[in-house]
Amino acid sequence: MTLTMERPAGAEVPVSEPEAAPAPDGEVKPREFLIIAYSGDLEKVWAQMILASTAAAMGVRTRIFVTFWGLPTFVRPGVRITGENWMQKMMSGMKRPGIAHRKLSTMNFLGMGPWMMRKLARRYSVASPAELLEIAQAMGVEIMPCQMTMDMFGLKREDMIEGLGEPVGAATVIGLISEGATPLFI
Amino acid sequence: MTTETIAATVDAKGLSCPMPIVKTAQAIKNVPSGALIEVLATDAGSMKDFTAWTKTTGNELVEQTTEAGVYRFVIRRK
Repeated sequence: MTLTMERPAGAEVPVSEPEAAPAPDGEVKPREFLIIAYSGDLEKVWAQMILASTAAAMGVRTRIFVTFWGLPTFVRPGVRITGENWMQKMMSGMKRPGIAHRKLSTMNFLGMGPWMMRKLARRYSVASPAELLEIAQAMGVEIMPCQMTMDMFGLKREDMIEGLGEPVGAATVIGLISEGATPLFI
Repeated sequence: MTTETIAATVDAKGLSCPMPIVKTAQAIKNVPSGALIEVLATDAGSMKDFTAWTKTTGNELVEQTTEAGVYRFVIRRK
């Protein structure tokens, strides 16, 4: 690439310039990425997993903070009813947990929509959310469940998939963002 | 065309975003620094994606060619 600039006659032309100058203090802060997985809708869970695995592949330290409707996505496969009281049990009964049982926010058509979506994904070799989650975890993406929502939904550590980090709260999220992590609320 | 030896090949033909990038990121860890890896992909988005990926990770995109709908990238591990 050539950059031409008007220079006053006689001004010295620098021989070469470094492409990117280091920060004045010489410190390079590593990039960090924080996905706030709030939604449990299939299409948004897909986006969470695509961005998490890609960010990890790009060498960006990536964390997923899992809260509210995002939590059931990270319930272990095979766990059907969760919670301790009838309200929590009813919620999990009406909204089946697990990454393989996400519903579309639109065009769900009693499960016909997600079925078609999965069929199309297979036809076009698009990795499923479950596959992407496995890859993301293997690439070191940290998943931090929200303690408060886990309590409210009656979810216990043993209900959740392997490899989740310690439950944390909102202060951890705000702390990471204020230290420079790029947040994405999905 | 580079005449250096290719240390590994990632066949990501037929795979959609983000798998070509993810597979490349996993494969490049298995070759030593300075070695070349080759990626074959058919996802049209990978043309831009590999430029972005190498820029962010600091690996070098040595070569980028297209032949019969297959994109070929040669990348040198930093």
